[in-house]
Amino acid sequence: MAEESRILTGYVSLPYKWAMGPATTRFYEEFRKKRIMGSRCGKCNRILVPARSFCSDCFVETDEWVEVSQEGSIRTWVLINFAYEGQPKEPPYILAILDLDGADVGLPHFVGGFEMKDLETVEEKVRIGGRVKAVWKENREGYILDIDYFEPID
Amino acid sequence: MSPRVAIVDFVQTEHGGHLHENVQELTFGVVRKLMDRVGIDRSEIGTMISSSADYWQGISCSNSYYYDSAGGNLKSGSKVGEDSVFTVIYGMMRILSGHYRTALLVAVTKCSECPSEHTLSNLCADPFFHRPVGINGVAVAGLQARQYLERHSPPTHAAAQVVVKNRSNAAKNPYAHVRSTVTVDEVLSSPTVAAPLRKLDVPVTSDGACALLLAEEGTARDLCDDPVFIEGVGWNVDRSLVGDRDLRRGSLHKASAMAYGKAGIRDPGKEIDVAEISETSSYHEILWSEGLGLCGPGEGWRLATEGLSSLEGTLPINPSGGLFGANPQVARGLVRVGEAYLQVLGEAGDHQVPNVRKALAHSVHGLGGQSHSVVILGH
Repeated sequence: MAEESRILTGYVSLPYKWAMGPATTRFYEEFRKKRIMGSRCGKCNRILVPARSFCSDCFVETDEWVEVSQEGSIRTWVLINFAYEGQPKEPPYILAILDLDGADVGLPHFVGGFEMKDLETVEEKVRIGGRVKAVWKENREGYILDIDYFEPID
Repeated sequence: MSPRVAIVDFVQTEHGGHLHENVQELTFGVVRKLMDRVGIDRSEIGTMISSSADYWQGISCSNSYYYDSAGGNLKSGSKVGEDSVFTVIYGMMRILSGHYRTALLVAVTKCSECPSEHTLSNLCADPFFHRPVGINGVAVAGLQARQYLERHSPPTHAAAQVVVKNRSNAAKNPYAHVRSTVTVDEVLSSPTVAAPLRKLDVPVTSDGACALLLAEEGTARDLCDDPVFIEGVGWNVDRSLVGDRDLRRGSLHKASAMAYGKAGIRDPGKEIDVAEISETSSYHEILWSEGLGLCGPGEGWRLATEGLSSLEGTLPINPSGGLFGANPQVARGLVRVGEAYLQVLGEAGDHQVPNVRKALAHSVHGLGGQSHSVVILGH
């Protein structure tokens, strides 16, 4: 058998159309109005964000829509500063899990609004427990990226 | 006594960055070698389970391409995606059902052929909430590492010590892909990628395949001199949204409790002689060690800094080099089981741990360890 192997290069690029479902549709309609909604589970009483039609812990349908705060605290964060195909934005950027006031679960989103020179300068601005506030885009399409990022407000 | 299932033999490729053989040739190679070593014909194989992932192969129904070359032609068989340790769990169940005496398990991944794991693991994320903000494997690993640092304040060199240990072990493993050693300074001076994780905190990806033969006890004793028994298996799956989860605790403590319960293990830190863990990052070996109960919460980093998890330590972890030695994404879990088997058999070669009676193999799948599986092997 030959020692070398020829390489065949190909691409797979296919369209998908995912139904958001009624709860996610409404959650993102509220984004247009700059409102972040959660749903209350009538059994465990937690406010779940993003709002959803059921609580998977209690395995019951949720029964109330509740607006949660635009502000919250950083549960944990990561500074992404390398490039890969399909990345959501130019590195460096910070991805965090945010505990919004009034919500009982975390929401992953970006933390930004300041220069990210290196890890040391970022660590001066961003810390676990640090307070943040949503910064909305002017033109909103009803999608997670209608929030540009959460900015530190400490 | 309840029926038992044993491992008869295990074969793996010399894993690499770019293996020349295609997926069919790799699977044929490991299965042919396994059958020759055991001395059985394909007609004696009862059932077959393979493991691979469509996104990681660029072929939908990835097994449709290699099913016959992996020995499954016109046999009862199926594929499990993503975590190849489920081939062991399902193979064991099929044998315990009484319908089969043997089960052939095959796993294969060629990471050199597919987009980067960062691109592909972003596709593990849902398209509505997670994918648009760049949630992927290394990002969640970084989120977990940051939480660990904040809560337990390990010294800066602790996670780097895991990399140094595993790379040093891999240098002794002729099947490993990465066989060069690194120093703590080299790890700590490598660029950050998903800070606090640095480039060298994350294993590179590999090409590789492996095959493992399971059999019920009587058949296993006919086929080999020294069967190694599956004493317990456990698995558990966490919630889908990462914000819904406790990323520090996750589902591993439940998976390991299930495996230990079946194996009759009460004090894993003392009773397990060696562990092969799927350390998807340096911090993950620390975190998974705690989830497996090999040490107390917040003590995982000490296993590396105090030398306990080294090849000469009291509880060697990843003597093969783990994923830092070879990281064929889907196949890596079954490789952990195979390496744990070799340790119990006493045939791991230069990375053999002395006097192994019980070995643990662990695999992980999903973002931040959404799914974990644990296998306990012994004589």
